[in-house]
Amino acid sequence: MDTRVPAVKMRNITKTFGKVVANDKVWLDIYRGEILALLGENGSGKTTLMNMLSGIYFPDEGEISIDGKNVVIRSPKDAFDLGIGMIHQHFKLVDVLTAAENIVLGLKGKGRLDMRKVNEKVKEICDAYGFEVDPSQKIYDMSVSQKQTVEIIKVLYRGADILILDEPTAVLTPQETEKLFTVLRNMRDAGKAIVIITHKMHEVEALSDRVAVLRHGQFIGDMLTKTTNAQEMTNMMVGHPVALNIDRPDPVNPKTRIEVKNLTVKNIEGIVKLDDVSFTANSGEILGIAGISGCGQKELLEAIAGLQPTESGSITYIDDNGEREELIGKDPLDIANMGVSLSFVPEDRLGMGLVGNMDLADNMMLRSFRRGHSFFTDRKSPKKLAEDVVEELEVSTPGISTPVRRLSGGNVQKVLIGREIASAPTVLLTAYAVRGLDINSSYTIYDLINKQKQAGVAVIYVGEDLDVLLELADRILILCGGKVSGIIPGRGAKKEEVGMMMTRLGGKEDNE
Amino acid sequence: MNNQNRGPLVHIVKRGSVPWYMAWLIRGAAIILALLVCALVTTLLTGENPIQIYAAMFKGAFGTPRKVWILLQNLSILLCIALALTPAFKMRFWNIGGEGQVLIGGLASAACMILLGDKIPNWLLILIMVCASIAAGAIWAVIPGFFKAKWNTNETLFTLMMNYVAIQLVAFFVIVWEVPKGAGKVGIINQATQAGWLPQIGSYKYLLNIIIVALITIGMYVYLNYSKHGYEISVVGESERTARYVGIKVEKVIVRTMVLSGAICGIAGLLLVGGTDHTISTTIAGGRGYTAIMVAWLAKFNPIAMIFASLLLVFLSRGATEISTIFGLNHSFADILTGIILFFIIGSEFFINYKLSFRKNSKKEAEA
Repeated sequence: MDTRVPAVKMRNITKTFGKVVANDKVWLDIYRGEILALLGENGSGKTTLMNMLSGIYFPDEGEISIDGKNVVIRSPKDAFDLGIGMIHQHFKLVDVLTAAENIVLGLKGKGRLDMRKVNEKVKEICDAYGFEVDPSQKIYDMSVSQKQTVEIIKVLYRGADILILDEPTAVLTPQETEKLFTVLRNMRDAGKAIVIITHKMHEVEALSDRVAVLRHGQFIGDMLTKTTNAQEMTNMMVGHPVALNIDRPDPVNPKTRIEVKNLTVKNIEGIVKLDDVSFTANSGEILGIAGISGCGQKELLEAIAGLQPTESGSITYIDDNGEREELIGKDPLDIANMGVSLSFVPEDRLGMGLVGNMDLADNMMLRSFRRGHSFFTDRKSPKKLAEDVVEELEVSTPGISTPVRRLSGGNVQKVLIGREIASAPTVLLTAYAVRGLDINSSYTIYDLINKQKQAGVAVIYVGEDLDVLLELADRILILCGGKVSGIIPGRGAKKEEVGMMMTRLGGKEDNE
Repeated sequence: MNNQNRGPLVHIVKRGSVPWYMAWLIRGAAIILALLVCALVTTLLTGENPIQIYAAMFKGAFGTPRKVWILLQNLSILLCIALALTPAFKMRFWNIGGEGQVLIGGLASAACMILLGDKIPNWLLILIMVCASIAAGAIWAVIPGFFKAKWNTNETLFTLMMNYVAIQLVAFFVIVWEVPKGAGKVGIINQATQAGWLPQIGSYKYLLNIIIVALITIGMYVYLNYSKHGYEISVVGESERTARYVGIKVEKVIVRTMVLSGAICGIAGLLLVGGTDHTISTTIAGGRGYTAIMVAWLAKFNPIAMIFASLLLVFLSRGATEISTIFGLNHSFADILTGIILFFIIGSEFFINYKLSFRKNSKKEAEA
């Protein structure tokens, strides 16, 4: 169907981890001068496939050829030598070094390093594709998007002309995403082959030339982006038709549940993370929180949950009878003992919400193990709860005695949310509830959150996907650098408007 | 160019979960391999018949009822210390201070025997000894525990340093109490009256120790696996942030667990001084505070598996002593054999978690 010689040709690639088949005889062609979007649900093997191309894993079976020549990629160095560069989801940069130092790190050279030449070459690359980066800036001074830029320049500096980006937009604002897309288009026009892994349909449509879909480790098909649409791609990914709209039922009898006044929080280094934040969260309503990552969302939720020491201000919980309780200065145990039923789905699922090495039943116990006066733990009810959660939320797991870390991201999240909802909360805090989740799991989670809202729970939803936030939330609070940039109704909110407010207080130019 | 086309000769692949019988098969194979390598080394280095050496080791450990009792006594002390360290290790608190905690517990017992012997009724003396040694061990462990909880100091260095303090304290008191003056050792305490000696059950000198440690083993198994405390320890060990998130007071759990850990070490000291040795010296723990760390790890913190791990180590050391006397070999030779066996056992864990996959049809690929 295509007469061009692909830059990368992968044939019959199989990779297994223990019993799990991550890739099953996958075929994939990547062409120069083209942006390929690699789509698939969680655990469908996209990242594994790309890791084999970049030399991190070695395939069990199959062949890879570059420009028509069979190759074997044994290590990341082999991959670099072949001009393949991958930008990972988690940046691999040394914080205390400058951009230029990070870029040349690990490269062989002559005895003396000529930083001036390096800077010049970095500048050349920047000019060629439209990057904005200061080679002598230290990494710790950089924003997430700047760090990503450094990562991209790093692989270009090494002469890569086949670039793989693993969910590059997950951490970017809409404006930064647009900038990244411009750069990627420039690189495509310069004849480079580009692969991006993403979950976001509108990005696929906006950016890519071709789409390839994986499902359960198998290659389902590829097609030109302009000949397909979001619905068809989703159906291919999931394997059956899916409805692509998020419900937003009207708020149920909203009453003020949480009142935050003039809250200021500093982190351990003494940096102000929240500055004079005030808002209310109502029962039967979803309050969405938007903001560039690291703008105080984490601190805000943790302060309400009793995990973050605060400088000043108040957080008041108001129960159904109008009784007021101050939450500041109390730890999670105190808050629970006061009869405040507060559930928290933290950002760091396995590092905070769950214990990865424990099985499902033991993880259910985390919230309930103190119940009863016995010296011993009650093992029966957590088991029952684990079975219920597995059944109701359709968690795919070999059993309830499987360690949670063996589950895929979506299933881990279902276990966590299942447990948090099981305690019949009056307040539900969620941080990036669908991060890294595929479409199917995401919609399950939205449904669960909506059900909680309709049951009269005050939901605070910190999200990164603005499109979802705009469809799901009743009101949206926008944080910018730890300050409240605005609170707007979710219905009728404009993406551009929210995007502006994320980068500038109040969203106006003159407010800088 | 040919080279470029060849995959790596071996690559390491992680296994999924391995059925238990497979795991034991691998471990068994490792032990057999270890014995073969030991045999080879023995023949090459000494010219002795390895079968005879193994037979002698076995005889040394199990040859006579007396030897079996000594083996069981050594096993119980080692197991007791390993059990003491386990709750701390499960909490990821690297308590390297077992040696010091045992010594200080023993020192407390000895102090009671020397200072209070024959002055108060024997049952009261023993009661005070029990309390004193438990308290001493607990205090020795809780100091690093408290600093860790409060200021996040490094517990490995702290507990290690506490060992040296304990050794010096014992050395000091040995001089204070030495009998006769200038002997540099304490000798048997209260030999005539046997005041403060733990009671013997029937004619079995070591039975009491063995029973006490057996009870601690069961108790520790239940505590770690079925109690709320045990659950809290696992959560804190896996992730402090998760523990805080569900409202577990991490500082409290650290201090509480270290009290328990130190208390059981104190009991080990009591059993050594009051139960079997009836004296005190800086070498009374004999490095078992460190060996116990290996026992706990080999058994993956499972108290029941620890019985077998300590049996193996005690058997090796008793057998080693035997062959060094019978064959006139240097004791270091026995250590070499112990080292080889441990190397294989620990190495086998790698093969339980990973498998090696060798390059297939390399010929065909090379031609391509």
